Amino acid sequence: MTLELTARDQSMLDGEQGPSAAAAMKILVAFSNAVGARGLLDITGAHIDGCLYHGKAGLDFVERLVEGGGRVQVPTTLNVGSFDLIHPGMVKMPAAEEVPARRLMKAHLELGCQATFTCAPYQTRFRPAFGQQVAWGESNAIVFANSVIGARTNRYGDFIDLCCAMTGRAPAWGLHLSENRRGRILFELDIAEPRDSLFVGVGLIVGQASGDRIPVISGLPRPRDEDQLKALGAAAATTGAVALFHAVGITPEANTPDEAFHGRAPEETIRISQADIDHALSRLSGVADGTPLAAVSLGTPHFSHEEWMRLLPMLREAAPGRGIPIYVNTGRATLTRLQEEGALTGMEAFGLIPVADTCTYVTSILERLDGVVMTNSGKWAHYAPGNIGVTVAFAEMVDCIRSAAAGQVMRGAS
Amino acid sequence: MTVATVDRRGTFQLAGEADGLALVFSQPLSFWGGIDAETGEIIDHSHPGLGQNVAGRILVMPSGRGSSSSSSVLAEAIRRGTAPAGILLQRPDPILAVGAIVAEFLYDIHMPLVVCDIAGIVSGDRIAVRVGEEGEAVLHKAQ
Repeated sequence: MTLELTARDQSMLDGEQGPSAAAAMKILVAFSNAVGARGLLDITGAHIDGCLYHGKAGLDFVERLVEGGGRVQVPTTLNVGSFDLIHPGMVKMPAAEEVPARRLMKAHLELGCQATFTCAPYQTRFRPAFGQQVAWGESNAIVFANSVIGARTNRYGDFIDLCCAMTGRAPAWGLHLSENRRGRILFELDIAEPRDSLFVGVGLIVGQASGDRIPVISGLPRPRDEDQLKALGAAAATTGAVALFHAVGITPEANTPDEAFHGRAPEETIRISQADIDHALSRLSGVADGTPLAAVSLGTPHFSHEEWMRLLPMLREAAPGRGIPIYVNTGRATLTRLQEEGALTGMEAFGLIPVADTCTYVTSILERLDGVVMTNSGKWAHYAPGNIGVTVAFAEMVDCIRSAAAGQVMRGAS
Repeated sequence: MTVATVDRRGTFQLAGEADGLALVFSQPLSFWGGIDAETGEIIDHSHPGLGQNVAGRILVMPSGRGSSSSSSVLAEAIRRGTAPAGILLQRPDPILAVGAIVAEFLYDIHMPLVVCDIAGIVSGDRIAVRVGEEGEAVLHKAQ
């Protein structure tokens, strides 16, 4: 199987459109050959997960593209970086690390990327439409784009997402192609109440059990909003490598089981009971109720405007006054909108600390790491202990806020 | 070493020449979370190679594994000189290919990444990777 390039692809490869496009195309061609793609296809957008500083090679790559006069060829959003550029001073980092990490974020802007710095590009005006081909990095964004929107991307990452953006092309393979979007493993559940934690629990289980097979979930209660599906996908992409799930009657490529499975039978069927959900969630919590609380962290993936509209009344009602910080990670566009609406006025009295452009588990924001942090995010609960060394208690959002008011972990209060 | 008989041929994912002692694993190793780019040491606690060092070796395994962040770790290891001298895989791997190509692009270091039959190669074999006349990978082995 050989890769066929168009005249325009070949012209980029030959350097006729500058050294940066040539480098990007060369890498894209090698990647395409490695995955056995027969050609490249046009994309309408890209989302780059390249703004977290992991070493000099990552920065050198972007700098070389900048020096070569490169520009992204399609609207391109950026994932979180190591800093909150909106709230200077929030992230504490030695200068030797800060300089290259800041430069990495800025260098991406010089390539023409949008200063979104969010892991939820689907909450921005750059959200793709059903059926559109995109090249996205960031696991939760990938699974959301494919599953909830029905846009099409593979799991892109390091360097290759940017190469797609610089050329406007992606390898024609995997989830870009209809035949590869077929469900293969069925998860059946019969649980009526659409609590937020149910969606997290289902995601954790589906991620763990699916392997490289596309999961189909039947019997999922109708979600209140797309944030519950966001939480499901983020959890599934945390415990596994899920890039696409179908939920029968809910997601756009699964109006019926037959549609989700492309008319074929599932290779395996797994029942999910309430006990399975409880077990999966209990593994995210290392502490008993009554343990003193150090902080709350919400918004992983980034809090949507709708989630803010649910949180703010909870804060007013519980009125936490013990000075326990309630960090909420959110996109800068969402934050700007809230500020324009005046929605956050007076909220700092309850301990609210909005965090933009980054996330509390990828950089040093939390003032105290010695206590228990509560979160309603399955993804945060999974990664934060390893990343920043905290003890986590997972709970529904309302329990997180009531616990902040009580100064100790309280769950099941709803 | 004296390059004598051709032991086997393969396909380059990234062309280059290398000499080194084979480090063979039957289980794939993820560079991200599996190798410390500062030292080349294997740090994956679930991998049988834990504690061994890949720097300067000819790393031989069936395939790559895991997160796309492995591209960055491989590129960074090549930059620091802690990467394997070459990698032989049974199956092509897009993640490692991207890391090797990016390192070549940035630093002009050609760490050969070869897809070939890996049967019969054992740790400690002295392997030489050369570029054949048709651009194919040519492997020589001395015990």
